Amino acid sequence: MTTESRRPTRQLIEPDLPAFDASALDPELRAAIAELLLTMADDEFVIGFRDSEWTGIAPMLEEDVAFSSLAQDEIGHARLFYELRGALTGEDPDRLAFHRQPSEYRHARLLDAPRQGWAFTITRRWLYDTADSIRLAALANASFAPLAEVVAKVRREERYHLMHLDAWLERLGTHHGRPRGQVLTALKQLAAVALTVFAPLVGEQVLVDAGVLSAPMSQLADRWRSDATARLCALNLRPIPAGTPPTDGRDRPQPDESFLWLWKEFTSVARLEEGAQW
Amino acid sequence: MVAPTISPRPLESAIWAALHDVHDPEIPAISVVDLGVVRRVETGDGRIRVELLPTFVGCPAIDVMRHDVEERLLDFADEVSVEISFAEPWTTERITPAGRDALRAAGFAPPQAASGDNTRLLTVLPSLPVGECPYCGSRNTTLENAFGPTLCRSIYHCANCSQPFEQFKEV
Repeated sequence: MTTESRRPTRQLIEPDLPAFDASALDPELRAAIAELLLTMADDEFVIGFRDSEWTGIAPMLEEDVAFSSLAQDEIGHARLFYELRGALTGEDPDRLAFHRQPSEYRHARLLDAPRQGWAFTITRRWLYDTADSIRLAALANASFAPLAEVVAKVRREERYHLMHLDAWLERLGTHHGRPRGQVLTALKQLAAVALTVFAPLVGEQVLVDAGVLSAPMSQLADRWRSDATARLCALNLRPIPAGTPPTDGRDRPQPDESFLWLWKEFTSVARLEEGAQW
Repeated sequence: MVAPTISPRPLESAIWAALHDVHDPEIPAISVVDLGVVRRVETGDGRIRVELLPTFVGCPAIDVMRHDVEERLLDFADEVSVEISFAEPWTTERITPAGRDALRAAGFAPPQAASGDNTRLLTVLPSLPVGECPYCGSRNTTLENAFGPTLCRSIYHCANCSQPFEQFKEV
């Protein structure tokens, strides 16, 4: 019934975000939320691309499907966080995702290492998912409503990731022999590095004072250590060692070699043709 | 949920009816209305504004639905804006009874009722609900993979009739 002449030419824009007036926010608070969003977006973006490396080569077909889904979820979350940051700062989300220099990415150092074997991937992802769930819970009642809204949505999806990864950790970690040994080795290597997810943020106190983040990152790290250790001990694996989140958990003097490789991969299309549209 | 109630205003009723023609491209058996994706329809001054709630954040189908909704509603107004909203999370409880029937008829198990507290993690990990076979109705099923061919589906196997089937993920 529609006729061409009645159809206005309108290009579909990217998904809208909750309407809000960014200028109504205190500039210091706005900057602190923008910084938090960048760290969360970069975490999800990098782990999403790491997940996608398993497409086609996972140990079983079900995991090809599962890790492709995980990747799609995480990159979707990253897109949403980049967009929300863009709404605060006026930056283009696409440029944030694909047009920064490697040294400008703010993902936790936990995510720098290459994917390596299946047990390493499962262990790292379990550590990240458990830490991320604590961080998301601390934002669930954020006084900045647009953030609380997207966090509510994201948490419902992340639950599946955690269930899946926990089932795998149990399967590998309680299987005596090589898989258990590999999980223990990966835990030894990664448990302390996982604290980088809770690296202190510039403006963190502003976020806490404004009721955006429920507690400082150091307290969230303690909460995570306690929960994660309880689960690891129930599986007869090693506890998370004591320690505080490193202040340089998201900063590196030089971009990590493995991240540099990943960055070249995920920016390859964007670098090939400036302004390319999907 | 905000029920897609029939508005006393005839234009809005006609719009809601027309939206039944727009389907989820990944599960064409169900309309965007029965899927519960349409949050709100507003009309006025020759304009229509629609809010859609994405089922999953990373779901590529939402862009298609958005386009199809816009195109369908250009029959009713010259200016149609379709916006994506996160003002409330889409949950599987938004799927209407008619939508659940349509899913079952197409060989998809509708989502099961929400199980327990889905926000507590780690020490109290939630478990996935048992799937109900859309072919024979048996609950003697096993979860094969929480992740299926699209973000919103899990894969089960029915031990009673030996059929694999997909279930809409409960969120």
